[in-house]
Amino acid sequence: MIVSFSDVVVVYDNFPALAGATFEISRGEIVLLQGPNGAGKTTLLRTCAGLLPIVRGSANVLSCDLTSDRYSVRKKVGLLGHANGLFHDLTVEENMSFWSRLIGASDQDVKTAMQIMGLSDRLCTTRVANLSAGQKRRCALATLIVRRAQLWLLDEPHAGLDTHGRDELDKTLRAAREAGATVMFASHEIDRARNLATRSLMVAGGLVTES
Amino acid sequence: MSQVLQRTSATGTRATKVIGALAILVMVWVVVSGLILTPQDVVQGESVRIMYVHVPSAWIAYLAFIFTAVASASWLISKKHSMGFDRFAGASAEVGVMFMAITLITGSLWGRLTWGEFWQWDPRLTTTAFLFVTYVGYLAVRRLEGSAEQRARRSAVVAMLAVLEIPLVHFSVVLWRSLHQGATVLNPNGDVKMDDLMLFTLFSGVVAFTLVFVWLVLHRQRTMLLVDIANRQGLDAAIAARKTEGSVR
Amino acid sequence: MKSDSSMPVSKGKVVTAVFLKDVQIELRSRVVTNQVLPFAGLVMVMFAFALDNDDVLQRVAGGLVWLATLFSLLIIVQRSFAIDTADGALDSLRVAGIELSAVFFGKAIALAAKLVALEMVLIFSALVLYRVDVSAIGVVLLVTCVFCATSGLAFVGTLYGGLTAGAKGRETLLPLLLLPVVAPVLIAATRATEAAFGSGGAQTSEGWAWIGLLAVFAAVFGVGGSLAFGSLIDE
Repeated sequence: MIVSFSDVVVVYDNFPALAGATFEISRGEIVLLQGPNGAGKTTLLRTCAGLLPIVRGSANVLSCDLTSDRYSVRKKVGLLGHANGLFHDLTVEENMSFWSRLIGASDQDVKTAMQIMGLSDRLCTTRVANLSAGQKRRCALATLIVRRAQLWLLDEPHAGLDTHGRDELDKTLRAAREAGATVMFASHEIDRARNLATRSLMVAGGLVTES
Repeated sequence: MSQVLQRTSATGTRATKVIGALAILVMVWVVVSGLILTPQDVVQGESVRIMYVHVPSAWIAYLAFIFTAVASASWLISKKHSMGFDRFAGASAEVGVMFMAITLITGSLWGRLTWGEFWQWDPRLTTTAFLFVTYVGYLAVRRLEGSAEQRARRSAVVAMLAVLEIPLVHFSVVLWRSLHQGATVLNPNGDVKMDDLMLFTLFSGVVAFTLVFVWLVLHRQRTMLLVDIANRQGLDAAIAARKTEGSVR
Repeated sequence: MKSDSSMPVSKGKVVTAVFLKDVQIELRSRVVTNQVLPFAGLVMVMFAFALDNDDVLQRVAGGLVWLATLFSLLIIVQRSFAIDTADGALDSLRVAGIELSAVFFGKAIALAAKLVALEMVLIFSALVLYRVDVSAIGVVLLVTCVFCATSGLAFVGTLYGGLTAGAKGRETLLPLLLLPVVAPVLIAATRATEAAFGSGGAQTSEGWAWIGLLAVFAAVFGVGGSLAFGSLIDE
């Protein structure tokens, strides 16, 4: 089991964003998280990344018990939230260089990631502030690819990308799965997501059910 | 304790009633003795009587700060991170701020009455003022949004930093004021020659204020526990509500 | 592409990466150079308007330099973390699985670099506007003072900046938390600077005791800050 949640409650200021989530995910799955806004998808992804404290229940991600230690799991996962995590005054190249230096990725890994996401030479030297929303998203995805995480956590990764970008993303996720990674992603784009995912979970009212 | 509080929602117990009664008794004695029985000072006259409020509240303010620091350290060190430590640290800080304000105000008035000055930049007074502002900051950090555990962790760390900080502030002010050798350190307290009754009244004042401090902290801590219990029950209700919301869809 | 977790990176590399990133962004955006330095210079001029007495200004020049530094520090610290919170990069830093104490040092050193530039401008303004003089030995004292005081301010600023970063209603907490804490630095740095300037008859020899205090402050918050930063910046 890569991810195993049992009755997990996560709280934002006394509001239970997750109200007893229970589910399991095995290695190599690509899992789609569906559900209405406010259901708790983002909270679920952030909890898997070890960012949020678990108030009740137990959770195990990549052999790390999140209730006792939610810090060791962080270097094993890659999280892409709603925001891109980029520095607007730096170029694409400089952003990639910073994030890859933090995790010890090689130059080759960086080049490959940028190629996969279609970040051409011209774009590389452009400041992030001057990129379109879709281009920023692709840059953010490139920083994620370079992490070579065992568990990919993506919050609406397709949003803002054009068709070509979405295809590249799907290819990347499938390739990651081939290489042994597991993917969890939240999406509102049901048709495309259903094609990509091996399994689908419904998140509603802070709870998780199979769909 | 939480079982007791769940049955009633009053925060009084036999212990607090006894402490409260004792506090009132000793306080009455201090008031009577301080205002009427003890003689006035040769130099300061009647204004020396402020001492019976000022000195004990200063003592309590520093005691409260030490308690907050120790409780915060205990929270950080303990494996279970028992929330009782955090509640105690918070309660002690709140009461401590109040006594610190009393210390600063009474000290100010005393200085004004005796020497014509509301304020002196002597090390003790200045450090007390800094401690007061640091406390206020600590309480503000406690009010930041987040779960109880997050609040406990943040404020425990800030309290520990305050413990490191206060000696630095004190020492720098001591060094600073020592430059100005000429200026007399006007300390109304230091010039008073106390006879036995005055000394005893002062001591009683310390006892009375300590009892009041304990009484206040016990009640405040229990109120915090009630709030935590209410939040927990509220959470249970919210979880149940969330579950039905989910199943309706 | 084989999937594995990347190799752990040494703390030194993380410190360097974070430092370079902050400095690069400042050089690119020039917020400190174009906004904060002029603000600081303006503050020095306004002090002159308010105090309106050449002898007084000369006497208190040391204190005014450090007061202006502290006010500008608030802006610089907030800017330092605004860079990270603008697009959720702070979250990415948390999840990166790196030693947060290394992030602390990287940001603190970058902050110190900006502070030194600021203090140079302020001291220069004092020399020109308030007509103070510095002897050769005074310069040595001044440089040491700037180094030690800046270290302390950078450590404390990064620490409390991390705590107050991001969420609404938190930025206003920064002055309340930071200014009392840096009081020892204000006292010590001012006295040392006055000794360097010879204000009010102070001798340069008197300044060195204050440098000691500044060094202790920097050491305490360098160590304390690196231990505390991880807890304060986490959710």
